[in-house]
Amino acid sequence: MRLLLVILVVAGLITADLRYHSLETTRSFLDTLGTPIYWVANLPTLVGEWTREHVSSRSELIADNERLQRENLLLQGRSLKMASLQADNVRLRALLNSTELLRDDMLVAELIGVSPDPVRHQLVLNKGSADGVFVGQPIIDAQGLIGQIVEVSVATSRALLITDATHSIPVQVNRNGVRAIAEGTGSLGSMEIRHVSATTDIREGDLLVTSGLGDRFPGGYPVGVVSVVERDPGQAFARVLASPSAQLDRSRHVLLVFTDPESRED
Amino acid sequence: MDGQQAHAYWVILLSFVLAYVLAVLPLPAWLQWGRPQWVTLTLIYWIIALPHRVGMFTALLLGIGLDVLEGAVIGQNAFALAVIALLCLSLYQRLRVFGLWQQAVVVFVLVGIDQMICQWVQNLEGLGARSTLFLLPAVASALLWPVVLHVLRGLRRHYAVT
Repeated sequence: MRLLLVILVVAGLITADLRYHSLETTRSFLDTLGTPIYWVANLPTLVGEWTREHVSSRSELIADNERLQRENLLLQGRSLKMASLQADNVRLRALLNSTELLRDDMLVAELIGVSPDPVRHQLVLNKGSADGVFVGQPIIDAQGLIGQIVEVSVATSRALLITDATHSIPVQVNRNGVRAIAEGTGSLGSMEIRHVSATTDIREGDLLVTSGLGDRFPGGYPVGVVSVVERDPGQAFARVLASPSAQLDRSRHVLLVFTDPESRED
Repeated sequence: MDGQQAHAYWVILLSFVLAYVLAVLPLPAWLQWGRPQWVTLTLIYWIIALPHRVGMFTALLLGIGLDVLEGAVIGQNAFALAVIALLCLSLYQRLRVFGLWQQAVVVFVLVGIDQMICQWVQNLEGLGARSTLFLLPAVASALLWPVVLHVLRGLRRHYAVT
């Protein structure tokens, strides 16, 4: 008798969450309550990092410092031209009658946890609705796109990686603009590029960037590099795999991208 | 038995919170698939020890909490833990008199069932492990059962939890 009740309750919960997504606020509320658990679980990692920082030799730190200063100088030098390039870009787009490209704002967030289920590629970040994080917001690191925010609570948020089996993103080949969809496979090192016909011009080594279609991700961010292209004459579609550009399993700090909502489709 | 005041219930709650923390503790990459199911282990112990205090309702709530922490579909772990609770509630008298390693084997089966139910719900979602590695946690949990048993039993006796 009790078993029947339990089965009904559980079936109700699963249906409500899976099909109707009606439990979002409850989940968000419970996640806020559960935040201390992730903080506590994060302590060993913090202790490890603190020890590593304080035990480094002085010469190591000096060398690190010099390297970072050189890198910083290089990056700043490269971005000197950014302002004029952007102005050029805006002018050219105006000439072609396209919408303006606005610069995206970024917010640094730190990883405080990872979903313990190895099948699920989900990160827990230490920025939440209090910092303006919203569902669907893209996350990047220095090398490329990492994923998007799927759930927000007050002080934390959860992000789904592009390699999660339930995630897909519209991409285009940087070289020739060919459009495709990159789907996660559940393995951290590769994504499947779907619906690429056997005659499409796509090669191993091609850089894939977000296409900006679907109003979800801003365009132009590197997603991955094509690693395998198999064209089977008997199949309508080619089998294309790509490895992600971002360091999905190593980034501790990520950038949350804020795009101006007016810079959308024509 | 019914109507008896709960004593030192906080020990049970604290053990569940600790189980949650251990459940989300970051593990090195090679250990990812072999994470022991701390929450399930703790639940199994308390149901065997105090079946009138910890039951299906606790299992449901525990499961929902774990779902939120894992980022899973709400109801995935709730379902799995409720089934485990049901099994333990019908078997606790026998389980109490089993030897330590016999209990470990039962724990292996129970956690295996837990993993399979989770896998099943994940398949509904479109996810799901592609290899049989998803049963590895059952082995790890069974191996850790003696530790969990002794620690929690020590706590229960020390604080006279009822």
